[in-house]
Amino acid sequence: MSRNQELTEGIIRGDRENVVRLVREDLEAGHGPVLILNDGLIPGMEKLGDQFGRGEVFIPELMAAAKAMNAAMEILRPLLEASGVEPLGKVVMGTVKGDMHDIGKNLVCMLLRGAGFEVIDLGVNTSAEQFIEALENSGARILGMSALLTTTMNRMGAIIETIRRAPFGEEVRIMVGGAPLDEDFAAKIGANGYAKDAPLAVDRFKELHAALQP
Amino acid sequence: MGDGAMGTMLQTAGLEPGDAPERLNAENPEAVRSVHEAYLQAGSDVITTNTFGGNRRRLALHHAGDRVFEWNKAGAAVARRAAGAQDREVIIAGSVGPTGSLLQPVGDLHFDEAKNDFAEQCAALAEGGVDVILIETMSDLEEVRAAIEGARAVGDLPVFCTMTFDTHGRTMMGTSPEEAVQATVDFGVQAFGSNCGNGPGEMEEIAEKMIRACRGVPLIIQANAGVPRIEGDQVVYEAGPERMAEHARRCCDLGIRYIGGCCGTTPAHIRAMIEATKGSDGKGAEEG
Ligand code: B1M
Repeated sequence: MSRNQELTEGIIRGDRENVVRLVREDLEAGHGPVLILNDGLIPGMEKLGDQFGRGEVFIPELMAAAKAMNAAMEILRPLLEASGVEPLGKVVMGTVKGDMHDIGKNLVCMLLRGAGFEVIDLGVNTSAEQFIEALENSGARILGMSALLTTTMNRMGAIIETIRRAPFGEEVRIMVGGAPLDEDFAAKIGANGYAKDAPLAVDRFKELHAALQP
Repeated sequence: MGDGAMGTMLQTAGLEPGDAPERLNAENPEAVRSVHEAYLQAGSDVITTNTFGGNRRRLALHHAGDRVFEWNKAGAAVARRAAGAQDREVIIAGSVGPTGSLLQPVGDLHFDEAKNDFAEQCAALAEGGVDVILIETMSDLEEVRAAIEGARAVGDLPVFCTMTFDTHGRTMMGTSPEEAVQATVDFGVQAFGSNCGNGPGEMEEIAEKMIRACRGVPLIIQANAGVPRIEGDQVVYEAGPERMAEHARRCCDLGIRYIGGCCGTTPAHIRAMIEATKGSDGKGAEEG
């Protein structure tokens, strides 16, 4: 097995210790951080993400992989930044007001961090005002909102309207997700993106981020 | 026959969206009692207390972590009072839901901490007069074990447990119905089963799997009335009383001992389910 394949396998197995060891060794041997990320780590997350979407692996496996990924990113991030690779940008995230479900949102946050985003996680039960304040203070222009209840998902539209009325509201790209939502609902309430699971959400966030760049 | 949903019925009785339903046990017990009474009138033999989210970690999200004892005891007592007005025997099941946090190593919650929270809640339910502890809607076997150990640490009430198999036929943590029955029977529960999930059809498949693996332990089935759907600004559950009645009949024929409903089931559903299981071999209808 090649070094990259070993890394990929390490991510899939959620073998944090081995992943960290391999990343350190590869760096010492002179491999570049970008290649380690793109050819070793990311293919692992992608494969596991597909398996998760098909119901072949479940939350424990995805969490373990995300933790291994995050540990590797801790090592790589400063090197990536030093070599001029732009960080992927900031995302404000939260579960909407009245809703205490956060397992799915936390998974999305972990995968986003693993993918190189900076995530400002506001937790559960988040009001429109709290979202606006965090966007304002952080300068982030990407927002993720999660809802798991039919009651709270029905308030997402009003939250989006309130955010749009903020001075920078029209610039903000808003992603929504959670089990009861779908693409049509997301479009109807004026969101800019929707994803049905956490791995797909990372792809959508990357697209929104790319579209924001001048 | 058990009962159906509580939360959705309390919402129509003035529960603020997002607030802890358990608050009403202390502050508006009449509202809770009237839901119990509606199920008792429909014919439920088992009623479930309004204490699903009554553990310390979940109440703390509503800044009410210090109300665990009071609200659980009150929840048990109001169910007991409602049952006392009946001239037949009614079993009070003390509802114990998940902590809402993931246990180590997947999440951060330590096993002992979870166990202590469950013990605290179970002690209060016992004090309020429940007949059994019903650990419900679980996804993680470690958390189930913490809850069972917690219940056992503070008393010797029978312990029933249900898990939710809503993700490709498994729990969201990946546990299959067969694995779950195996493990919980080893933990020593007096009855095991499945609740919530994606409606009666999927539930019947789960029931068949559990029957094959249960080693004689009585089984519980409490399905949702389908998956909720939005129509205009109404939340609609797709399975009406007739569908749930047919479902109850099938569960009964399979040999399921305790049958009831979960989200979206109402007294009307329960009434139809009891009607449909009356003439059957008796296993389901009279005991469950
Ligand atoms: C921003 O961009 C994005 C993009 C993608 C995004 C995204 C954001 N957010 C999520 N995604 C996506 O990526 C994730 C990973 O792939 C996915 O996230 P999910 O969150 O969908 O998936 C998670 C990884 C795993 N799934 C979950 O974590 C949810 C599982 C189920 C079983 C569930 C759980 C675990 C819980 N619950 Co609750 N719970 C249910 C759930 C049933 C179900 N199948 O959905 C549901 C959501 N719950 C329900 C209910 C009714 C309730 N729950 C409640 C409480 C709880 C627990 C605390 C016990 C626990 C939450 C623990 C926690 N910390 O989150 C109560 C509400 C509390 C509140 N105010 O919020 C309570 C009201 C119960 C009560 N009577 O107290 C039902 C909602 C019915 C409805 N449609 O309105 C429910 C569908 C169960 C059911 N079958 O009826 C995708 O949706």
